[in-house]
Amino acid sequence: MSEPVEGREAAFQQRIERGEKIESQDWMPEGYRKALVRQISQHAHSEYVGMLPEGFWLTRAPSLHRKCVLLAKVQDEAGHAQYLYSALESLGVERDTVYQELLAGRAKYLNIFNYPALSWADVGMIGWLTDGAAIVNQVPLSRSSYGPYARAMVRICQEESFHHRQGFDLVHRLVEGTARQRQMAQDALDRWWWPTLMVFGPPDEHSPHSRQSMQWGIKLYSNDTLRQKFIDQTVPQIHHLGLRVPDADLRLNEASGHYEIGPIDWVEFQRVIQGEGPCNRERISSRQRSWEQGAWVREAAACHADKASTAAALAGDEHAQ
Amino acid sequence: MTTHRTPGAQLSEYLLRLGDSTLILAQQLCGWCGHAPTLEEDVALSNVALDLLGQSRLWLDYAGSQMTPRQSEDQLAYQRDAEQFRNVLLVEQPNGNFADTQVRQFLFDSWHCLLLRELSRSSDAQVSAIASKARKEVAYHLQRSSEWVVRLGDGTARSHAYAQQALAHCADHVHELFAMDGLDQAMLHAGIGADLAALKPEWFSYVQQVLAAARLSYPQNPLNLDAGKRGQHGEHLVGLLMEMQYLARSNPGAQW
Ligand SMILES: [Fe+2]
Ligand SMILES: [Fe+2]
Ligand SMILES: [Fe+2]
Repeated sequence: MSEPVEGREAAFQQRIERGEKIESQDWMPEGYRKALVRQISQHAHSEYVGMLPEGFWLTRAPSLHRKCVLLAKVQDEAGHAQYLYSALESLGVERDTVYQELLAGRAKYLNIFNYPALSWADVGMIGWLTDGAAIVNQVPLSRSSYGPYARAMVRICQEESFHHRQGFDLVHRLVEGTARQRQMAQDALDRWWWPTLMVFGPPDEHSPHSRQSMQWGIKLYSNDTLRQKFIDQTVPQIHHLGLRVPDADLRLNEASGHYEIGPIDWVEFQRVIQGEGPCNRERISSRQRSWEQGAWVREAAACHADKASTAAALAGDEHAQ
Repeated sequence: MTTHRTPGAQLSEYLLRLGDSTLILAQQLCGWCGHAPTLEEDVALSNVALDLLGQSRLWLDYAGSQMTPRQSEDQLAYQRDAEQFRNVLLVEQPNGNFADTQVRQFLFDSWHCLLLRELSRSSDAQVSAIASKARKEVAYHLQRSSEWVVRLGDGTARSHAYAQQALAHCADHVHELFAMDGLDQAMLHAGIGADLAALKPEWFSYVQQVLAAARLSYPQNPLNLDAGKRGQHGEHLVGLLMEMQYLARSNPGAQW
């Protein structure tokens, strides 16, 4: 108690450097808590909003097998949102509070979900590319310094890797199919490639929170490192499928073994982040609509629970008499 | 329409009723995914949809295996028109509000549970196996939908009114669940199918018990509509199938 804050912070930093996990009941610097809340709520909202573009295709899936696979995936994403909102509760943040931020259009979530899913191939791209990018981002986070988040990541990443494989399989089937199916796959890749590369966030020199987050062990690799890892693993898969990467400047640097890409349109990235992407308004208003339309249901459930607990208490009293 | 047909054709027709009712209800529940009142309910509704879809695939696959030429589950789901569907009318009623969906689910689940119990004793080994597996899943569906009916009925004045309205509408489609037509009779005689009419008292007593806890009352004079099993459907099914089948049909011969 009497220990000065600097001493505590130094001790905290040492724990992190020793690789110890920080648990919810442990003391933590306010900045660490804030950075975690920012990161986890952004992730939770991404899972929740991410259900929308794929959910749209549930009723339109072209085979019963694919419908099952997609339904299970969207359900997993809802589960991911659940674990992450509970991880936030472990930091003393109520789910409803962060959720209201999302509904008010003030919270961030993955920019990529502000793009429309226009064909069945987009469902494959979201699984293969977006979940693929999520895995590259999140596997290291299963070693995050914050215990509840690290543990949630272990479970989430196992499921994301199923989604990744299923997405690849969906696209694979399309490229082996009719000319129209192949074209569907290429069009979807053309639309999803660049937004997927932006999932990793701005380049390191413009990433405001990165350095401190790395010091605290809640971010383990830089945005550019992770982006490069994703490119290096995905480009050969694209070639394997016989699809074309929509980047005229793409080349393999034989010396480094890394793929080099053309310039990313960061102006567009900023524009979409600022709310001017093709679907920002639609996604938020869809969430608002469901929330408002569900209000009377939540009230009814609360009201019934109240009556039931009162009745149970009364019955308990009678029993005691 | 069925009396002169071969046993295989009768069986496949009977299996289509089971496969189509579960398929159409699963398709309807998919429409809630991402739009439920809470995240927990998103998970729960998609869980129910997933179970029903899985059951539907087993029924349809078996139905298709009894047809000449053999039909796949996807041919049956995607290439038939509305009048070839054999689902009961209850499941094609629109999602409406959350009370409409849960009341529809409750009336269906309470019937489905009893039906599967009977079918699990079918002399047809495959019918019995599918029904036994599905029965465990449906017991959980019924528990959930019963709880929702109680919450909504006993909740606020508004939720009570919505639940009562939903009941008034859905009850018109209950008669069909227990109506024994020629095919139902033939399947019962063959030891394959269930005596639906005999299940009604047990069904009604369970429903009354839940409705009492929900302070809801079963409608007085519901209509006796029952043509869904024979392929006479409402407009809503046409729209539902257009959405479900469009992509598959606009790419003839494509594999997905
Ligand atoms: Fe996820
Ligand atoms: Fe994720
Ligand atoms: Fe995923």
